[in-house]
Amino acid sequence: MTQPLDMLTETPSQTAGPYVHIGCIPSFAGVQGIYPEDLGLSPFRDGAKGTVITITGSVFDGTGWAMRDAMMESWQADAAGRFPGQADADPAVSGFCRFAADKDSGEFTLRTIKPGPVTNRDGSVMAPHISLWIVARGINIGLNTRIYFGDEDNSHDPLLARIEQRPRVDTLIARPTDAGSYRFDVHIQGPNETVFLDL
Amino acid sequence: MTDAGPLMPRRREVHPVPYWPDYKTSVPRSPNLPLLSMESTMSEETGPRFGHSVIGPLDNNLILNYTQGKAPAVGERIRMHGRVLDETGRAVPNTLVEIWQANAGGRYRHVKDTYFAPLDPNFGGCGRTVTDENGYYEFMTIRPGAYPWPNRANDWRPMHIHISVFGHAFGQRLITQMYFEGDPLIDRCPIAATIRDRSQLDRLVAPLDMQNSRPLDYLAYKFDIVLRGRRQTMFENRMEGM
Repeated sequence: MTQPLDMLTETPSQTAGPYVHIGCIPSFAGVQGIYPEDLGLSPFRDGAKGTVITITGSVFDGTGWAMRDAMMESWQADAAGRFPGQADADPAVSGFCRFAADKDSGEFTLRTIKPGPVTNRDGSVMAPHISLWIVARGINIGLNTRIYFGDEDNSHDPLLARIEQRPRVDTLIARPTDAGSYRFDVHIQGPNETVFLDL
Repeated sequence: MTDAGPLMPRRREVHPVPYWPDYKTSVPRSPNLPLLSMESTMSEETGPRFGHSVIGPLDNNLILNYTQGKAPAVGERIRMHGRVLDETGRAVPNTLVEIWQANAGGRYRHVKDTYFAPLDPNFGGCGRTVTDENGYYEFMTIRPGAYPWPNRANDWRPMHIHISVFGHAFGQRLITQMYFEGDPLIDRCPIAATIRDRSQLDRLVAPLDMQNSRPLDYLAYKFDIVLRGRRQTMFENRMEGM
């Protein structure tokens, strides 16, 4: 016998289900009047430093169908690479946004500030990126991934460097379309399956 | 800002399997390839904070919040309460907890729910609160009804309340469901069955808590939630800037 470890175990996940919007973005579900406004409508407010960008995309299931019921959350640093709560972080950047796929087209839009590179505790520097968390009916534990940018130098990013099959790196890179606009599609399965993260 | 340390790796074996053919929608919505695992970075170790200031006085009372106190919802009155802790056993204070659920007849107030059980004009179905300094939270609500759903020919969801918790780091983000002690539909539910380890599924079943029930008013159910912990050691964590 040994001493017990005395650790607790994380509560198991369950799917967010088809009605996740009621709890997280109630006005999207048609539930009005309980809260003044939905949480996380925008990750920044007027006066935020940096460039405003728009990222558009869809989450495709294994059949190639754009999911109409996915809900997403994003989390990111400000234009200088600092997260809210850190010294000198931009007070106009909350860093957090909640958004849903359109119920008719399946397309989502994230309007945000382009983040800066972030320095880790070991001194390594991550290329600018936005963390993305996807939940929906049929997803039993939320899917984590990242949005990097095609017009940045991603060659030294420590996470992208870990991807063995180099063409798969492209699944994490938003492609510039117009000025300030990017396209980022997520493929849950298939030949272009997005790299999902466990970190 | 103190460096709270890297997140403990997620123990995937306690979580549901992503692919479970009895839950049909999971078949095209589960990744086929392995996840990319590595130690957490600043992006997962930081996260949004929501203060008590965002919470209105009725936000955690689903019996009253849809009518802003004018008329109560129909159903069995219950109090759902518990603590948010992390794997090290520490309380997680000041963190946002959100819930959503069907009404007493098993109907959601959602544009996509077409079940013929009626909507309750006095019930919206969502609530939120922020844990106190000891990680404690509570909601007043009604017990949600079971309901049929299109999956296999005759599948019914057990009574359940959906719960979303933030913690203090984006990598702790968790959505789960609370079930109710004694519900015979739990054993027949293909969504509950995505958790293959029965002892882990049992952790989502809230016990009836008579000691915290109020005579002639409501029954209580206790539901504690555990989030991922942080590894703290003087060998690797230093104050920022040192």
